[in-house]
Amino acid sequence: MQCDVCQQKDATVFLTQIVGGKMQKVNLCESCSKEKGVNDPTGFALTDLLPGLGEAQNLENSDKTLKCPVCGFTQGEFKKAGRLGCSACYDVFIEGLEALLKNVHKGSEHIGKSPKEFLETRQYTEKIKALQSHLNVAVKAEEFEKAADLRDQIRRIEMGSEV
Amino acid sequence: MKISRITARAGKWLSEDGPHRQIVVSSRVRLARNLRDKPFPGWAKKAERIEVLKSVREAVESLAIMDEPIAENLEALSPLEKQVLVERHLISREHAAKGVGSAVVMNGSQTLSFMINEEDHLRMQAISSGLQLEKGFTLLDAADTELEPMLDFAYHARLGYLTACPTNVGTGMRASAMLHLPALVMSDQMNKVINSVNKIGLAVRGLHGEGSEAMGNLFQVSNQTTLGETELDIIERLNKVILSVIEHEQNARAVLLERKAITLLDQIGRAYGVMSHAHSISSKEALNLLSVIKLGVDLGLFPEAHRLPVDALFIETQPAHLQKGAQAQKMTAEERDSLRAALIRAKLGDVPEPDIAKIAIRASNTPKNDE
Ligand SMILES: [Zn+2]
Ligand SMILES: [Zn+2]
Repeated sequence: MQCDVCQQKDATVFLTQIVGGKMQKVNLCESCSKEKGVNDPTGFALTDLLPGLGEAQNLENSDKTLKCPVCGFTQGEFKKAGRLGCSACYDVFIEGLEALLKNVHKGSEHIGKSPKEFLETRQYTEKIKALQSHLNVAVKAEEFEKAADLRDQIRRIEMGSEV
Repeated sequence: MKISRITARAGKWLSEDGPHRQIVVSSRVRLARNLRDKPFPGWAKKAERIEVLKSVREAVESLAIMDEPIAENLEALSPLEKQVLVERHLISREHAAKGVGSAVVMNGSQTLSFMINEEDHLRMQAISSGLQLEKGFTLLDAADTELEPMLDFAYHARLGYLTACPTNVGTGMRASAMLHLPALVMSDQMNKVINSVNKIGLAVRGLHGEGSEAMGNLFQVSNQTTLGETELDIIERLNKVILSVIEHEQNARAVLLERKAITLLDQIGRAYGVMSHAHSISSKEALNLLSVIKLGVDLGLFPEAHRLPVDALFIETQPAHLQKGAQAQKMTAEERDSLRAALIRAKLGDVPEPDIAKIAIRASNTPKNDE
Protein backbone atom coordinates (compact mmCIF):
# COMPACT_ATOMS: atom_id res chain seq x y z
CA MET A 1 0.00 0.00 0.00
CA GLN A 2 1.30 3.43 -0.97
CA CYS A 3 1.84 6.33 1.41
CA ASP A 4 -0.98 8.89 1.09
CA VAL A 5 1.33 11.86 1.55
CA CYS A 6 4.38 11.28 -0.68
CA GLN A 7 2.69 8.60 -2.81
CA GLN A 8 6.07 7.00 -3.28
CA LYS A 9 7.10 4.83 -0.38
CA ASP A 10 5.23 1.92 1.14
CA ALA A 11 2.87 2.79 3.95
CA THR A 12 3.73 1.30 7.33
CA VAL A 13 1.67 3.52 9.63
CA PHE A 14 -2.10 3.18 9.42
CA LEU A 15 -4.37 5.68 11.09
CA THR A 16 -8.09 5.66 11.58
CA GLN A 17 -10.24 8.29 13.14
CA ILE A 18 -13.92 9.03 13.41
CA VAL A 19 -14.78 12.57 12.36
CA GLY A 20 -18.39 13.69 12.32
CA GLY A 21 -19.53 10.07 12.52
CA LYS A 22 -17.47 9.10 9.49
CA MET A 23 -14.50 6.76 9.61
CA GLN A 24 -11.39 8.11 7.98
CA LYS A 25 -8.27 6.19 7.15
CA VAL A 26 -4.84 7.47 6.26
CA ASN A 27 -1.81 5.37 5.37
CA LEU A 28 1.65 6.82 5.81
CA CYS A 29 5.22 5.74 5.25
CA GLU A 30 7.72 5.86 8.12
CA SER A 31 9.36 9.14 7.10
CA CYS A 32 6.12 11.00 6.34
CA SER A 33 4.58 9.91 9.64
CA LYS A 34 7.65 11.29 11.43
CA GLU A 35 7.65 14.48 9.46
CA LYS A 36 3.93 15.04 10.01
CA GLY A 37 4.41 14.40 13.69
CA VAL A 38 1.61 11.83 13.82
CA ASN A 39 3.32 10.02 16.68
CA ASP A 40 3.06 13.21 18.65
CA PRO A 41 -0.45 13.47 20.05
CA THR A 42 0.56 16.47 22.11
CA GLY A 43 0.76 18.37 18.89
CA PHE A 44 -2.25 19.04 16.77
CA ALA A 45 -0.79 17.37 13.68
CA LEU A 46 -3.09 14.38 13.75
CA THR A 47 -6.22 16.45 14.15
CA ASP A 48 -5.08 18.54 11.21
CA LEU A 49 -3.86 15.75 9.02
CA LEU A 50 -6.53 13.08 9.04
CA PRO A 51 -9.63 14.92 7.91
CA GLY A 52 -7.61 17.03 5.48
CA LEU A 53 -6.00 14.16 3.64
CA GLY A 54 -8.98 11.86 3.62
CA GLU A 55 -11.32 14.51 2.32
CA ALA A 56 -9.00 15.98 -0.28
CA GLN A 57 -8.63 12.57 -1.86
CA ASN A 58 -12.38 12.30 -2.14
CA LEU A 59 -12.54 15.32 -4.42
CA GLU A 60 -13.99 13.45 -7.38
CA ASN A 61 -14.34 14.76 -10.95
CA SER A 62 -12.23 17.76 -10.07
CA ASP A 63 -10.04 19.32 -12.74
CA LYS A 64 -6.51 18.42 -11.67
CA THR A 65 -4.99 21.09 -13.91
CA LEU A 66 -6.95 23.96 -12.36
CA LYS A 67 -4.21 26.37 -11.25
CA CYS A 68 -4.00 29.27 -8.79
CA PRO A 69 -2.82 32.39 -10.70
CA VAL A 70 -1.19 33.83 -7.58
CA CYS A 71 0.98 30.91 -6.41
CA GLY A 72 0.85 28.35 -9.22
CA PHE A 73 -0.57 25.54 -7.06
CA THR A 74 -2.83 23.07 -8.91
CA GLN A 75 -5.94 21.26 -7.75
CA GLY A 76 -4.13 17.98 -8.46
CA GLU A 77 -1.45 18.94 -5.96
CA PHE A 78 -4.11 19.83 -3.42
CA LYS A 79 -5.70 16.43 -3.84
CA LYS A 80 -2.35 14.84 -3.15
CA ALA A 81 -1.22 16.93 -0.20
CA GLY A 82 -4.47 18.02 1.44
CA ARG A 83 -2.91 21.47 1.75
CA LEU A 84 -3.39 24.60 -0.35
CA GLY A 85 -0.71 26.81 -1.89
CA CYS A 86 -1.82 30.25 -0.72
CA SER A 87 -4.89 32.14 0.49
CA ALA A 88 -5.92 32.95 -3.09
CA CYS A 89 -6.21 29.19 -3.79
CA TYR A 90 -9.44 29.21 -1.78
CA ASP A 91 -11.11 31.35 -4.46
CA VAL A 92 -9.73 29.26 -7.29
CA PHE A 93 -10.64 25.82 -5.89
CA ILE A 94 -13.78 26.95 -4.07
CA GLU A 95 -16.08 24.54 -5.92
CA GLY A 96 -14.36 21.40 -4.72
CA LEU A 97 -13.59 22.93 -1.36
CA GLU A 98 -17.21 23.68 -0.47
CA ALA A 99 -18.14 20.00 -0.27
CA LEU A 100 -14.96 19.17 1.63
CA LEU A 101 -15.56 21.92 4.18
CA LYS A 102 -19.15 20.79 4.65
CA ASN A 103 -17.94 17.27 5.48
CA VAL A 104 -15.18 18.37 7.80
CA HIS A 105 -16.79 21.21 9.73
CA LYS A 106 -19.88 22.06 11.76
CA GLY A 107 -21.04 24.77 9.40
CA SER A 108 -20.05 26.39 6.14
CA GLU A 109 -19.89 29.99 7.30
CA HIS A 110 -17.46 31.63 9.69
CA ILE A 111 -19.22 33.36 12.58
CA GLY A 112 -16.23 33.86 14.87
CA LYS A 113 -13.72 36.67 15.18
CA SER A 114 -13.10 38.99 12.23
CA PRO A 115 -10.30 41.48 11.70
CA LYS A 116 -11.31 44.90 12.98
CA GLU A 117 -10.70 46.47 9.60
CA PHE A 118 -13.06 44.01 7.94
CA LEU A 119 -15.74 44.61 10.56
CA GLU A 120 -15.39 48.35 10.22
CA THR A 121 -15.73 48.41 6.46
CA ARG A 122 -18.76 46.14 6.68
CA GLN A 123 -20.40 48.19 9.41
CA TYR A 124 -19.42 51.35 7.63
CA THR A 125 -21.04 50.42 4.33
CA GLU A 126 -24.13 49.05 6.05
CA LYS A 127 -24.51 52.17 8.14
CA ILE A 128 -24.18 54.47 5.15
CA LYS A 129 -26.69 52.38 3.25
CA ALA A 130 -29.18 52.65 6.10
CA LEU A 131 -28.70 56.41 6.50
CA GLN A 132 -29.06 56.89 2.76
CA SER A 133 -32.45 55.20 2.75
CA HIS A 134 -33.57 57.28 5.76
CA LEU A 135 -32.46 60.32 3.82
CA ASN A 136 -34.49 59.32 0.77
CA VAL A 137 -37.59 58.88 2.93
CA ALA A 138 -37.02 62.23 4.61
CA VAL A 139 -36.63 64.00 1.27
CA LYS A 140 -39.79 62.40 -0.07
CA ALA A 141 -41.68 63.42 3.05
CA GLU A 142 -40.24 66.92 2.66
CA GLU A 143 -38.69 66.78 6.15
CA PHE A 144 -35.85 69.03 5.06
CA GLU A 145 -34.40 69.71 8.49
CA LYS A 146 -34.09 65.98 9.20
CA ALA A 147 -32.69 65.38 5.70
CA ALA A 148 -30.00 68.00 6.27
CA ASP A 149 -29.01 66.34 9.57
CA LEU A 150 -28.80 62.95 7.89
CA ARG A 151 -26.73 64.36 5.03
CA ASP A 152 -24.30 65.86 7.54
CA GLN A 153 -24.05 62.59 9.40
CA ILE A 154 -23.29 60.66 6.20
CA ARG A 155 -20.62 63.20 5.29
CA ARG A 156 -19.04 62.94 8.74
CA ILE A 157 -18.91 59.14 8.49
CA GLU A 158 -17.45 59.29 5.02
CA MET A 159 -14.79 61.73 6.18
CA GLY A 160 -13.94 59.34 8.99
CA SER A 161 -14.80 61.76 11.79
CA GLU A 162 -17.64 59.57 13.01
CA VAL A 163 -18.00 55.80 13.06
CA MET B 1 22.83 32.19 24.65
CA LYS B 2 19.36 33.62 24.90
CA ILE B 3 17.55 30.34 24.45
CA SER B 4 19.21 29.02 27.60
CA ARG B 5 17.04 31.47 29.52
CA ILE B 6 14.12 29.31 28.39
CA THR B 7 15.63 25.84 28.59
CA ALA B 8 17.16 26.44 32.04
CA ARG B 9 13.85 26.79 33.87
CA ALA B 10 10.36 25.36 33.65
CA GLY B 11 7.39 27.26 32.23
CA LYS B 12 5.58 29.51 34.67
CA TRP B 13 2.23 27.79 34.15
CA LEU B 14 3.54 24.60 35.75
CA SER B 15 3.71 26.13 39.23
CA GLU B 16 0.48 28.10 38.87
CA ASP B 17 -2.77 26.96 40.35
CA GLY B 18 -5.50 26.50 37.75
CA PRO B 19 -9.11 25.33 38.04
CA HIS B 20 -9.49 21.50 38.26
CA ARG B 21 -5.73 21.28 38.56
CA GLN B 22 -5.79 17.73 39.97
CA ILE B 23 -7.18 16.21 36.80
CA VAL B 24 -6.55 18.85 34.14
CA VAL B 25 -2.79 19.26 33.82
CA SER B 26 -2.83 22.10 31.30
CA SER B 27 -4.89 23.96 28.71
CA ARG B 28 -3.55 25.02 25.35
CA VAL B 29 -5.10 27.22 22.68
CA ARG B 30 -3.64 27.76 19.24
CA LEU B 31 -4.62 30.29 16.56
CA ALA B 32 -3.43 29.94 12.96
CA ARG B 33 -2.96 33.01 10.76
CA ASN B 34 -1.54 33.58 7.27
CA LEU B 35 -0.52 36.54 5.17
CA ARG B 36 -2.72 37.35 2.20
CA ASP B 37 -1.51 36.06 -1.19
CA LYS B 38 1.85 34.83 0.16
CA PRO B 39 2.49 31.13 -0.52
CA PHE B 40 1.93 28.98 2.59
CA PRO B 41 5.21 27.70 4.12
CA GLY B 42 4.85 24.21 2.62
CA TRP B 43 4.62 25.65 -0.90
CA ALA B 44 6.80 28.77 -0.57
CA LYS B 45 10.35 28.98 -1.89
CA LYS B 46 13.13 29.59 0.62
CA ALA B 47 13.41 33.30 -0.25
CA GLU B 48 9.66 33.74 0.14
CA ARG B 49 9.70 32.01 3.52
CA ILE B 50 12.55 34.22 4.72
CA GLU B 51 10.67 37.34 3.61
CA VAL B 52 7.52 36.30 5.51
CA LEU B 53 9.59 35.31 8.52
CA LYS B 54 11.18 38.75 8.69
CA SER B 55 7.92 40.68 8.75
CA VAL B 56 6.07 38.29 11.05
CA ARG B 57 8.95 37.97 13.53
CA GLU B 58 9.33 41.73 13.75
CA ALA B 59 5.61 42.21 14.41
CA VAL B 60 5.45 39.44 17.02
CA GLU B 61 8.52 40.69 18.88
CA SER B 62 6.94 44.13 19.15
CA LEU B 63 3.81 42.84 20.91
CA ALA B 64 3.11 44.54 24.24
CA ILE B 65 1.92 41.23 25.67
CA MET B 66 5.40 39.70 25.31
CA ASP B 67 7.37 40.11 28.48
CA GLU B 68 11.09 39.73 27.63
CA PRO B 69 10.49 37.97 24.29
CA ILE B 70 13.00 35.35 23.20
CA ALA B 71 13.20 34.77 19.46
CA GLU B 72 15.32 32.27 17.58
CA ASN B 73 15.45 31.16 13.98
CA LEU B 74 15.13 27.40 13.85
CA GLU B 75 18.50 26.85 12.18
CA ALA B 76 20.16 28.56 15.16
CA LEU B 77 18.85 25.94 17.58
CA SER B 78 20.63 22.65 18.28
CA PRO B 79 18.63 19.42 17.91
CA LEU B 80 18.71 19.11 21.71
CA GLU B 81 17.33 22.61 22.26
CA LYS B 82 14.58 21.95 19.73
CA GLN B 83 13.70 18.70 21.48
CA VAL B 84 13.50 20.42 24.87
CA LEU B 85 11.02 22.91 23.37
CA VAL B 86 9.01 20.02 21.91
CA GLU B 87 8.88 18.22 25.26
CA ARG B 88 7.53 21.42 26.79
CA HIS B 89 4.96 21.78 23.99
CA LEU B 90 6.39 25.18 23.09
CA ILE B 91 6.91 24.07 19.49
CA SER B 92 5.45 21.14 17.57
CA ARG B 93 7.48 18.19 16.38
CA GLU B 94 6.69 19.34 12.87
CA HIS B 95 8.14 22.76 13.62
CA ALA B 96 11.26 21.25 15.20
CA ALA B 97 11.98 19.57 11.86
CA LYS B 98 12.18 22.99 10.15
CA GLY B 99 15.34 24.97 9.50
CA VAL B 100 16.08 28.15 7.54
CA GLY B 101 12.97 30.29 7.06
CA SER B 102 11.24 29.28 10.31
CA ALA B 103 11.44 30.76 13.79
CA VAL B 104 9.97 30.65 17.26
CA VAL B 105 9.22 33.58 19.55
CA MET B 106 8.34 32.94 23.20
CA ASN B 107 7.68 35.08 26.24
CA GLY B 108 9.97 34.76 29.24
CA SER B 109 7.41 32.89 31.34
CA GLN B 110 6.87 30.35 28.51
CA THR B 111 3.12 30.74 28.50
CA LEU B 112 3.02 32.14 24.95
CA SER B 113 4.81 30.83 21.90
CA PHE B 114 4.63 31.91 18.28
CA MET B 115 5.71 29.45 15.61
CA ILE B 116 6.58 31.25 12.40
CA ASN B 117 6.37 29.25 9.17
CA GLU B 118 5.24 25.97 10.64
CA GLU B 119 2.37 24.75 8.46
CA ASP B 120 0.90 28.24 8.51
CA HIS B 121 2.76 31.55 8.46
CA LEU B 122 1.92 32.09 12.10
CA ARG B 123 0.68 29.77 14.80
CA MET B 124 0.36 31.37 18.19
CA GLN B 125 -0.16 29.32 21.30
CA ALA B 126 -1.03 29.99 24.93
CA ILE B 127 -0.49 27.43 27.70
CA SER B 128 -2.05 27.70 31.13
CA SER B 129 -2.41 25.55 34.19
CA GLY B 130 -5.61 23.58 34.81
CA LEU B 131 -8.77 24.16 32.80
CA GLN B 132 -8.48 27.71 31.48
CA LEU B 133 -9.25 27.61 27.78
CA GLU B 134 -11.04 30.99 27.79
CA LYS B 135 -8.02 32.62 29.39
CA GLY B 136 -5.77 31.23 26.65
CA PHE B 137 -8.09 32.44 23.94
CA THR B 138 -8.42 35.89 25.49
CA LEU B 139 -4.63 36.29 25.53
CA LEU B 140 -4.26 35.19 21.91
CA ASP B 141 -7.25 37.24 20.81
CA ALA B 142 -5.54 40.35 22.19
CA ALA B 143 -2.23 39.45 20.55
CA ASP B 144 -4.02 38.79 17.25
CA THR B 145 -5.84 42.15 17.41
CA GLU B 146 -2.55 43.89 18.11
CA LEU B 147 -0.93 42.16 15.12
CA GLU B 148 -3.77 43.05 12.71
CA PRO B 149 -2.61 46.54 11.76
CA MET B 150 0.96 45.26 11.23
CA LEU B 151 0.26 42.12 9.20
CA ASP B 152 -2.20 41.68 6.33
CA PHE B 153 -3.95 38.50 7.50
CA ALA B 154 -5.72 36.37 4.88
CA TYR B 155 -9.41 36.63 5.73
CA HIS B 156 -12.41 35.58 3.69
CA ALA B 157 -15.82 37.17 4.31
CA ARG B 158 -17.55 33.78 4.41
CA LEU B 159 -14.79 31.29 5.29
CA GLY B 160 -13.00 33.35 7.92
CA TYR B 161 -9.25 33.04 8.48
CA LEU B 162 -7.65 31.08 5.65
CA THR B 163 -5.17 28.34 6.51
CA ALA B 164 -2.88 25.98 4.60
CA CYS B 165 -5.09 23.04 5.56
CA PRO B 166 -8.85 23.46 5.03
CA THR B 167 -9.48 21.67 8.34
CA ASN B 168 -8.28 24.79 10.20
CA VAL B 169 -10.19 27.38 8.22
CA GLY B 170 -12.64 29.74 9.96
CA THR B 171 -11.44 30.45 13.47
CA GLY B 172 -8.04 28.81 12.86
CA MET B 173 -8.36 27.74 16.49
CA ARG B 174 -7.46 24.49 18.19
CA ALA B 175 -8.11 24.33 21.88
CA SER B 176 -7.04 21.37 23.97
CA ALA B 177 -6.75 20.23 27.55
CA MET B 178 -4.45 17.54 28.89
CA LEU B 179 -6.23 15.27 31.34
CA HIS B 180 -4.83 12.79 33.85
CA LEU B 181 -7.30 9.88 33.99
CA PRO B 182 -5.79 6.96 35.91
CA ALA B 183 -9.03 5.67 37.42
CA LEU B 184 -10.87 5.58 34.08
CA VAL B 185 -7.97 3.57 32.65
CA MET B 186 -7.73 1.23 35.67
CA SER B 187 -11.45 0.51 35.46
CA ASP B 188 -11.36 -0.11 31.68
CA GLN B 189 -13.68 2.78 30.86
CA MET B 190 -11.34 4.82 28.68
CA ASN B 191 -12.43 3.35 25.35
CA LYS B 192 -16.01 4.19 26.16
CA VAL B 193 -15.01 7.78 26.95
CA ILE B 194 -12.94 8.09 23.76
CA ASN B 195 -15.79 6.81 21.61
CA SER B 196 -18.45 9.05 23.09
CA VAL B 197 -16.26 12.16 22.87
CA ASN B 198 -15.31 11.36 19.26
CA LYS B 199 -18.95 11.12 18.34
CA ILE B 200 -19.61 14.73 19.21
CA GLY B 201 -16.84 16.06 17.01
CA LEU B 202 -14.10 16.38 19.59
CA ALA B 203 -10.90 14.33 19.64
CA VAL B 204 -9.40 12.42 22.57
CA ARG B 205 -6.10 10.71 22.31
CA GLY B 206 -3.41 9.42 24.56
CA LEU B 207 -0.22 11.30 25.16
CA HIS B 208 2.75 9.10 24.20
CA GLY B 209 0.73 6.22 22.77
CA GLU B 210 -2.25 5.19 20.72
CA GLY B 211 -5.87 4.95 21.78
CA SER B 212 -6.44 3.95 25.37
CA GLU B 213 -2.87 2.63 25.72
CA ALA B 214 -1.73 6.05 26.86
CA MET B 215 1.41 6.14 28.92
CA GLY B 216 1.12 8.05 32.14
CA ASN B 217 -2.69 7.94 31.76
CA LEU B 218 -2.52 11.33 30.08
CA PHE B 219 -5.07 12.21 27.41
CA GLN B 220 -5.62 15.23 25.26
CA VAL B 221 -9.11 16.47 24.40
CA SER B 222 -9.36 18.95 21.53
CA ASN B 223 -11.80 20.39 19.00
CA GLN B 224 -11.89 18.84 15.52
CA THR B 225 -13.79 21.56 13.69
CA THR B 226 -13.04 25.23 13.24
CA LEU B 227 -15.74 26.55 10.91
CA GLY B 228 -19.36 27.42 11.72
CA GLU B 229 -18.99 28.17 15.43
CA THR B 230 -17.52 31.11 17.30
CA GLU B 231 -14.30 30.58 19.25
CA LEU B 232 -16.13 30.83 22.55
CA ASP B 233 -18.83 28.35 21.42
CA ILE B 234 -16.11 25.83 20.60
CA ILE B 235 -14.49 26.40 24.00
CA GLU B 236 -17.82 26.10 25.77
CA ARG B 237 -18.49 22.79 24.03
CA LEU B 238 -15.04 21.56 25.07
CA ASN B 239 -15.52 22.76 28.64
CA LYS B 240 -18.78 20.87 28.95
CA VAL B 241 -17.23 17.64 27.73
CA ILE B 242 -14.09 18.07 29.84
CA LEU B 243 -16.14 18.74 32.98
CA SER B 244 -18.11 15.59 32.33
CA VAL B 245 -14.91 13.56 31.82
CA ILE B 246 -13.60 15.00 35.11
CA GLU B 247 -16.79 13.88 36.81
CA HIS B 248 -16.44 10.38 35.35
CA GLU B 249 -12.85 10.20 36.54
CA GLN B 250 -13.88 11.29 40.03
CA ASN B 251 -16.64 8.69 40.11
CA ALA B 252 -14.24 6.02 38.91
CA ARG B 253 -11.86 6.98 41.72
CA ALA B 254 -14.62 6.72 44.30
CA VAL B 255 -15.64 3.30 42.97
CA LEU B 256 -12.03 2.08 43.02
CA LEU B 257 -11.65 3.26 46.62
CA GLU B 258 -14.80 1.45 47.59
CA ARG B 259 -14.41 -1.80 45.68
CA LYS B 260 -10.74 -2.14 44.80
CA ALA B 261 -9.01 -0.41 47.67
CA ILE B 262 -6.42 -3.19 48.02
CA THR B 263 -5.52 -3.13 44.32
CA LEU B 264 -5.22 0.64 44.48
CA LEU B 265 -3.07 0.56 47.63
CA ASP B 266 -0.92 -2.15 46.09
CA GLN B 267 -0.26 -0.10 42.97
CA ILE B 268 0.57 3.04 44.93
CA GLY B 269 2.76 1.11 47.39
CA ARG B 270 4.66 -0.61 44.57
CA ALA B 271 5.12 2.68 42.74
CA TYR B 272 6.49 4.17 45.95
CA GLY B 273 8.95 1.27 46.26
CA VAL B 274 10.17 1.60 42.68
CA MET B 275 10.36 5.35 42.93
CA SER B 276 12.58 5.26 45.99
CA HIS B 277 14.71 2.18 45.18
CA ALA B 278 14.99 1.72 41.40
CA HIS B 279 18.28 2.44 39.63
CA SER B 280 17.11 2.21 36.06
CA ILE B 281 13.76 3.48 34.79
CA SER B 282 12.65 3.73 31.17
CA SER B 283 10.71 6.72 29.92
CA LYS B 284 7.53 4.67 29.69
CA GLU B 285 7.91 3.22 33.18
CA ALA B 286 8.58 6.68 34.59
CA LEU B 287 5.38 8.11 33.11
CA ASN B 288 3.26 5.29 34.50
CA LEU B 289 5.02 5.51 37.85
CA LEU B 290 4.53 9.26 38.12
CA SER B 291 0.88 8.83 37.19
CA VAL B 292 0.30 6.49 40.13
CA ILE B 293 2.22 8.79 42.52
CA LYS B 294 0.18 11.74 41.27
CA LEU B 295 -3.01 9.79 41.96
CA GLY B 296 -1.60 9.08 45.44
CA VAL B 297 -1.20 12.82 46.04
CA ASP B 298 -4.76 13.44 44.80
CA LEU B 299 -6.08 10.81 47.24
CA GLY B 300 -4.19 12.36 50.14
CA LEU B 301 -1.78 9.42 50.55
CA PHE B 302 1.20 11.68 49.93
CA PRO B 303 1.55 15.26 51.22
CA GLU B 304 0.25 18.02 48.96
CA ALA B 305 3.72 19.64 48.99
CA HIS B 306 4.95 16.92 46.62
CA ARG B 307 2.42 17.72 43.90
CA LEU B 308 4.61 20.22 42.09
CA PRO B 309 7.78 18.06 42.02
CA VAL B 310 5.75 15.12 40.70
CA ASP B 311 4.11 17.27 38.00
CA ALA B 312 7.49 18.71 37.03
CA LEU B 313 9.03 15.22 36.72
CA PHE B 314 6.58 14.32 33.95
CA ILE B 315 8.56 16.78 31.82
CA GLU B 316 12.00 16.52 33.47
CA THR B 317 12.22 12.75 32.85
CA GLN B 318 11.75 13.15 29.08
CA PRO B 319 14.88 12.26 27.06
CA ALA B 320 15.96 15.74 25.97
CA HIS B 321 15.45 17.20 29.43
CA LEU B 322 17.65 14.47 30.90
CA GLN B 323 20.32 14.95 28.25
CA LYS B 324 20.32 18.69 28.83
CA GLY B 325 21.16 18.22 32.51
CA ALA B 326 23.78 15.55 31.84
CA GLN B 327 27.56 15.86 31.73
CA ALA B 328 28.02 13.23 29.03
CA GLN B 329 28.04 14.38 25.41
CA LYS B 330 25.37 12.02 24.20
CA MET B 331 23.98 9.48 26.62
CA THR B 332 23.05 5.95 25.68
CA ALA B 333 19.55 4.72 26.51
CA GLU B 334 21.02 2.83 29.48
CA GLU B 335 22.72 5.94 30.83
CA ARG B 336 19.49 7.87 30.42
CA ASP B 337 17.47 5.24 32.29
CA SER B 338 19.92 5.31 35.15
CA LEU B 339 20.00 9.11 35.27
CA ARG B 340 16.17 9.14 35.17
CA ALA B 341 15.99 6.84 38.20
CA ALA B 342 18.55 8.98 40.03
CA LEU B 343 16.60 12.15 39.26
CA ILE B 344 13.35 10.63 40.55
CA ARG B 345 15.09 9.44 43.73
CA ALA B 346 16.61 12.87 44.23
CA LYS B 347 13.38 14.80 43.67
CA LEU B 348 11.07 12.45 45.53
CA GLY B 349 13.47 10.99 48.07
CA ASP B 350 11.84 12.87 50.93
CA VAL B 351 8.28 11.75 50.13
CA PRO B 352 7.05 9.86 53.22
CA GLU B 353 5.55 6.39 52.92
CA PRO B 354 1.95 6.37 51.70
CA ASP B 355 -0.43 7.20 54.51
CA ILE B 356 -2.53 4.09 54.00
CA ALA B 357 -4.90 4.88 56.85
CA LYS B 358 -6.61 7.26 54.40
CA ILE B 359 -7.76 4.33 52.29
CA ALA B 360 -7.69 1.35 54.66
CA ILE B 361 -10.46 2.80 56.82
CA ARG B 362 -12.81 2.97 53.91
CA ALA B 363 -11.77 -0.44 52.64
CA SER B 364 -12.46 -2.17 55.96
CA ASN B 365 -15.89 -0.58 56.11
CA THR B 366 -16.85 -2.00 52.76
CA PRO B 367 -18.26 -5.48 52.38
CA LYS B 368 -16.29 -7.67 49.99
CA ASN B 369 -18.17 -7.62 46.72
CA ASP B 370 -15.37 -7.50 44.21
CA GLU B 371 -16.29 -8.24 40.61
ZN1 LIG C 1 5.44 9.05 2.54
ZN1 LIG D 1 -2.56 29.94 -4.49
